[in-house]
Amino acid sequence: MSYRADTVLWIAQRASAAVLAVSVTVHLVTIVFAVRGGLTAAEIFARTRGSIGWLAFYMVFVLAVAVHAPIGLRPVMTEWLGWRGRSRDLVLVLFGALLVWMGARAVLVVFG
Amino acid sequence: MMLKVHVWRGGAEGGLQTFEVPRYPSQTVLDVVTHIQRKLDPTLAYRYACRVGMCGSCAMTVNGVPRWTCRTHVDKVARADRLEIRPLRNLPVIRDLVTDMRMFFDKWERAGGHFEATSTKTDDFARVAPDSAERQAIDAGIECIGCGVCYAACDVVSWNPDYLGPAALNRAWTLVADSRDGNDKRLQAVAGDAGCHSCHTHLSCTERCPKHISPTAGIAGLKRAVAKAAMEGKL
Repeated sequence: MSYRADTVLWIAQRASAAVLAVSVTVHLVTIVFAVRGGLTAAEIFARTRGSIGWLAFYMVFVLAVAVHAPIGLRPVMTEWLGWRGRSRDLVLVLFGALLVWMGARAVLVVFG
Repeated sequence: MMLKVHVWRGGAEGGLQTFEVPRYPSQTVLDVVTHIQRKLDPTLAYRYACRVGMCGSCAMTVNGVPRWTCRTHVDKVARADRLEIRPLRNLPVIRDLVTDMRMFFDKWERAGGHFEATSTKTDDFARVAPDSAERQAIDAGIECIGCGVCYAACDVVSWNPDYLGPAALNRAWTLVADSRDGNDKRLQAVAGDAGCHSCHTHLSCTERCPKHISPTAGIAGLKRAVAKAAMEGKL
């Protein structure tokens, strides 16, 4: 892959990491805060269903994961397995798509 | 008192040979290797020149760590009066403790590791203030003498043989940061899978550099410079 593509991937990796730093913090703090009062699943759903703000937040979270994880796996596949080239990148694109699908599905159930 | 020294013999294939070497105060690892070659086995191949940490030719792997043997006291590294001395990692072994460093220096060239002037001798002097941010950034990396210790310490080189390595990238950084240099292809040469983007920031090079340079910091500088150029459409 060309130096330009590698550079774009690096920038995407850094940008998604910045998004994840915020997302993960908000996510964990929310979980800890939510369960402290002993909320039930039904009560959580009552708060999340129809909330556009939370829907947008978690969709951004999922997209950042789908960008970040495959780029991070790329050097792991190269350095540990010696796997390079088009087949590796295709597998990573599919892995990213799988993350979007699984994440979006979960988000839509909780917020839809 | 005697020191038990296990020394690599052979090329890529080979094994450790054990020698008994007398201990004395302030003895360096290079003294030990020299004793073996002069008194015990004249066929031992090793490389050195200045003996005082200026030339960078005597680097070897001592008890698993790449070091200048001339500046490494036996007292500091021997464990239970035992030393294991091997050639530098990540470089082809020619014989015994001598490595082929051509690839190491070829990578400096591939990284655009030479100065390309933008002015001629008829132009006025370029003025770069010693306390300017530019000069300070360059000064932090300029004292490299090309010993190959960082290259041997780098795990990324061992995983990806095309990776330019800490020394070449550090050299490229000192030139990228230099306003007098005009090589606009250097950032392309140091970007990507074989370049700065493969660095995992393990800091092994920084930990081992005998000159206390941080190639990791230089590589981070290259990542920033490459990203900036890409976003400005200049890469």
